[in-house]
Amino acid sequence: MNKRVVITGLGVISPIGNDIESFTLSMRKGISGIKYIKELADYNFASQIGGVPDINNSEYEKIFEKFELNEADLTVKYSVLAALQAWGDAKLELPDRFSKNINEDYGAVIGSCAGGIELYTRKLYPMVSSKNVRKLGSQIIKNLMHSSTTSILSNIFALANQTISNSSACATGVESIIMATEKIKQSKANLFIVGSADPYSPYMWAGFDSMRLLARKFNDKPTQASRPLSASSSGFVAAAGAGMMIIEELEHALSRNAKIYAEIVGYEYNSGGQRNTASNPKRVIDCIKTALNIANISGKDIDLICGYLTGSQFDSREVANWKTALNLDKTYPYINSLKSLTGHTIGASGSIETIAAVLQLKNNFIHPSINCEDLNPDIKSTWDKNKIPQKLIKDINLNYIAKASFGFGDVNSCIILKKFN
Amino acid sequence: MENIKTDLINILKKYTLAKDVWNDFNDNSSIVSDLKINSARIVDIVIDLEEKYDIEITDEELEKLTCFKDIVKLIDLKSIK
Repeated sequence: MNKRVVITGLGVISPIGNDIESFTLSMRKGISGIKYIKELADYNFASQIGGVPDINNSEYEKIFEKFELNEADLTVKYSVLAALQAWGDAKLELPDRFSKNINEDYGAVIGSCAGGIELYTRKLYPMVSSKNVRKLGSQIIKNLMHSSTTSILSNIFALANQTISNSSACATGVESIIMATEKIKQSKANLFIVGSADPYSPYMWAGFDSMRLLARKFNDKPTQASRPLSASSSGFVAAAGAGMMIIEELEHALSRNAKIYAEIVGYEYNSGGQRNTASNPKRVIDCIKTALNIANISGKDIDLICGYLTGSQFDSREVANWKTALNLDKTYPYINSLKSLTGHTIGASGSIETIAAVLQLKNNFIHPSINCEDLNPDIKSTWDKNKIPQKLIKDINLNYIAKASFGFGDVNSCIILKKFN
Repeated sequence: MENIKTDLINILKKYTLAKDVWNDFNDNSSIVSDLKINSARIVDIVIDLEEKYDIEITDEELEKLTCFKDIVKLIDLKSIK
């Protein structure tokens, strides 16, 4: 377990940018990607806003055609676009499709919360219901399995190590990174594509809307709707997208002169073991503490927390958990929420937000956590308000960032990223 | 027969990922080994043909479709009926 694991490639499809450059620019400028969605109004949603990546362009169409993905589910499409970016960013060669060469040391752990629900509702359910099973064709199974994305990426990149799909609600993205990190640390692989995705699908978002969990008071002011840490938050804003990363064993990365963004030095996942939807704070705190122990640092070494922070009633509880887990007293690290810009990309959030963390660590900035000018009073009394950035912080040296994701079913995951020197 | 060939080529091109396979194409070209079409796609080709010619291709007939001319012959036979 003494191998070191580093991040060498990034790719993103998100409501605030479909490439790392525009994604970074939106983060720095604090630009919201939340818009009014007429389809949700037509379906009588109380929340009629969301963060949806725009993938309608001819360049992407060519990619879908090349890899036979024209009919694919949105989860697969987002994932493939982001994975191709990450693969290219890591300066890895795209294998010849008809070559028999395979990468036995390369694998993939790609997750999703809702998987193929977009394809299910767009094609499978209507065709089976109208007795047209015979006309479904060959692409339904290929694109509808929970493992569809990993199977398709394995095909594109000739990945012949473990290729597996994980699902742990909103903790999925961080969990995928940890699963692959452990595999590399065990010397069972040299490189993994890791990440997660979830589609734009009213059918996925409807359940959250019915539970009154989605923001419903800002339909006329979409960019102000996602309000983590704010006193006036009315719920989270549903969103969609994918975040993909290349992670690899340090010596492997160095041997091919790869650009290194950050090192993954601490990690942990666990569950609350309760019978409630709400999280068990003890296990949240245990999760963060164990990640710190593995990183061999104390809570006071953390410079920035990229929180889970959805804009729900649980934000104040999360902030209190961080305070306990990091054993904070007088000095506090910065804390921000990418969801204030992107909305909550559900299963994709852990990986998209880890990419945001990596970019802040590498480029020495902290993005503003927008829409929390009216801080939640419980948070104001728990944390140093000056460490909740309302504006971009430039030229700040960051050494350690903690990123955590928590999810429905009481699941927790946390990683510690260290600047690579 | 020539119209069927043209229609079939247009359908097959939707599923041909390696474009250079058409350089050596002839009536005896195998769908899978010569045109390098994924074998799972045969069912999609059959669905396209059924819609185009308003015919139904049985499972037994499908199993015998290996090369270009097999398909052309079958469509010719079925569409005459």
